[in-house]
Amino acid sequence: MPEVLLASVSLEHVLVVGAMLFAIGLYLALGKRNAIAVLMGVELMLNAVNVTLLGFSRFVVSPRPLDGQVFAVFVIVIAAAEAAVALALAVAVYKHRETVNIDEIDLLRW
Amino acid sequence: MIDDTGIAVAFWVIAVTTVVCALMVTAVRNLIHAVLFLTLTFVGVSGIYIVLSADFVAVAQVLIYAGAVAVLLTFAIMLTPGADRLNSETAFQGPAAVLAGLVLAVIVFVTYDTDWQIDEGRVSFAATATALGRAFLGPYVVPFEVASVLLVTAMVGAILLTRDEEEEEGTGA
Repeated sequence: MPEVLLASVSLEHVLVVGAMLFAIGLYLALGKRNAIAVLMGVELMLNAVNVTLLGFSRFVVSPRPLDGQVFAVFVIVIAAAEAAVALALAVAVYKHRETVNIDEIDLLRW
Repeated sequence: MIDDTGIAVAFWVIAVTTVVCALMVTAVRNLIHAVLFLTLTFVGVSGIYIVLSADFVAVAQVLIYAGAVAVLLTFAIMLTPGADRLNSETAFQGPAAVLAGLVLAVIVFVTYDTDWQIDEGRVSFAATATALGRAFLGPYVVPFEVASVLLVTAMVGAILLTRDEEEEEGTGA
């Protein structure tokens, strides 16, 4: 009965949405040429993980259900720090190499 | 399971919008447009948080992601003017798409194969900001302080990385 399935929100639905966002973020992070686009993919993956955490926090049996939200806030903090440092790195690399193309940033290649 | 029809409709509308916007990030040709679609995705994700009655996290999401991170990404693109603005793919595009599809398939399979311990009696959380504040200054006070030190370190590191050394010498600072 697909009507009944869509007229409610269950843990599985939230997890599938999170998995879709994670897969799109993974594709961005692995497949894009611009370092800033790669960072956008990483941010999207962290968001997908937060969706999953909050889904578990809302639905799954737990003695302290709000701990999932505490963890989500920590993920947001780490993501903000990561974004600041990574974008600073991209700008610093651009100053030296005039490019943020990850195919051309190959100084450490073996 | 949330059975309220209004909340379910809201969830599905928000979920479809979010995923479509995320797909547009991969599809559009201009990086600035990609950032705009990513911002829409962040706002949609905060809508999903509200459906899951995580009000504080939803507000933090809008402030930090749709506000700060989006501005940071826009500035990073504008500070690299000579770089390629086309949102183009590398040679790994095919394998990346295959891997992403495989990850999605595996997670969806595991999601529906697992017998989750669902708390059927749980109603939506009341306002969570008070409880989160108590958790941060109670059982999670050490991670909370470490996170604040990490944030300061990251900000100082970002400034240090992007500082122009010749300019600094010129001012004698």
